[in-house]
Amino acid sequence: MEKHLEIPLKEEEIKNLKAGDYVYLTGTIYTARDAAHKRMAEALDKGEELPLEIKGATIYYMGPSPAREGRPIGSAGPTTASRMDKYAPRLLDLGMAGMIGKGKRTKEVTDAIVRNQGIYFAAVGGAGALLSKRILSSQVIAYEDLGTEAIRKLEIENFPVIVVIDSQGNNLYENAVKEWRQIS
Amino acid sequence: MRKEFQKNYKQGCFDPCQQTEGIQLRDIQVKEITEAVRDMCIQINHSLSQDMCRVFQKAVNEEKSELGKQVLSQLQENLEIAETDRIPICQDTGMAVIFAEVGQEVHLTGGSLEEAIHEGVRRGYQEGYLRKSVVKDPIYRENTKDNTPAVIHYSITDGDKVKITLAPKGFGSENMSKIFMLKPADGIEGVKKAILSAVEEAGPNACPPMVVGVGIGGTFEKCAIMAKQALTRPADQRSSIPYVKELEEEMLSKINQLGIGPGGLGGTTTAFAVNINTYPTHIAGLPVAVNICCHVNRHISRIL
Repeated sequence: MEKHLEIPLKEEEIKNLKAGDYVYLTGTIYTARDAAHKRMAEALDKGEELPLEIKGATIYYMGPSPAREGRPIGSAGPTTASRMDKYAPRLLDLGMAGMIGKGKRTKEVTDAIVRNQGIYFAAVGGAGALLSKRILSSQVIAYEDLGTEAIRKLEIENFPVIVVIDSQGNNLYENAVKEWRQIS
Repeated sequence: MRKEFQKNYKQGCFDPCQQTEGIQLRDIQVKEITEAVRDMCIQINHSLSQDMCRVFQKAVNEEKSELGKQVLSQLQENLEIAETDRIPICQDTGMAVIFAEVGQEVHLTGGSLEEAIHEGVRRGYQEGYLRKSVVKDPIYRENTKDNTPAVIHYSITDGDKVKITLAPKGFGSENMSKIFMLKPADGIEGVKKAILSAVEEAGPNACPPMVVGVGIGGTFEKCAIMAKQALTRPADQRSSIPYVKELEEEMLSKINQLGIGPGGLGGTTTAFAVNINTYPTHIAGLPVAVNICCHVNRHISRIL
């Protein structure tokens, strides 16, 4: 099913999303990948504040290529989400609503999604040029020294994603592969 | 041999690196290599080689899942945008892997070949707006900020040419690659099982449709390098060894029955190609390396 949704996502909207739904997102999201997650975890360990309001936020696992003149951002496709699995349950427990990435998640992440009524979307991996065109602005808000791994605030418009793990824990990858598998 | 030695042994000075007379060496300035590497870095991150475009089109025609078809056409559109708007195809513009084949009748002048290659990568990634994805140390992880160093594999070949092949490698798929030190008794069935299990485990993480590079034989490191080099062979060119060609075709068919599909969202195109290279090995071993590449399988060569 195709849907258009505004970010931040409302609890009710998240509940209605099902694994396999094709969604166009519009609104504000934040980027963070390996190094930024490590720093956020260290900040939390020390009892410090996170550099973004995590409650209700959607985090995009992405590190862009540099922007050419006149463009807000360079190539901007998703990175493999499983590298953030170590950190995601803690952020979900703190109120993070959504994640955009690609690839499998651990059971711990799925459990945390269900526990907190969160959602995991995939964007098409390797479509960085196409996805770049759906990003209207990009601003580094923390950890600038990390370069491509800094935390960025992005304004996106009709950004195409697909629900992989919904708030009930249904997993599109698992279901889709079963449907198409022809080998034992 | 002894006469030769006596002839060269003059007052206690023997030059062990004496050049054989009569061979004409061709001079190549290393700055030409820098230029070539720079240009290739920029070109291949914005447009794929024709073999990849052909396998893409074939997959669009043959994919049976509607969602799979939609993903493939999105990826084709992505390729068009990348080329037209000069945005890298993928934000992971990779670690630069270089195969440098240097003819033995070449004399490289004007500096170090190694530094010339790194300089080409440095300039390509800076001037081409490509992402700098290399960290200085695997544990302390400080970004080098210019995507150097490259990973360089040298070989000395016949002739008076230098061939440089560049294959920038993204790590979504690199991370899903595997080496298996099989036993001779595992045989070809063991090899098939190894390839299939690596692809299955990679699943959606490796950005399918993948190109699967396989090295069979050699030693631990030789099979890994062969697997990498196999990825630089055109995706629609099969091995010249009959049984290897059959194995490539059989494995592609089996991989495409796994159901993973484009983007891992289900379908009949999980891989575009399986490229296998082989080498003699030890009586006690059967090494197999599976180097997985995503659909952005970038490879480009230039001969100087």
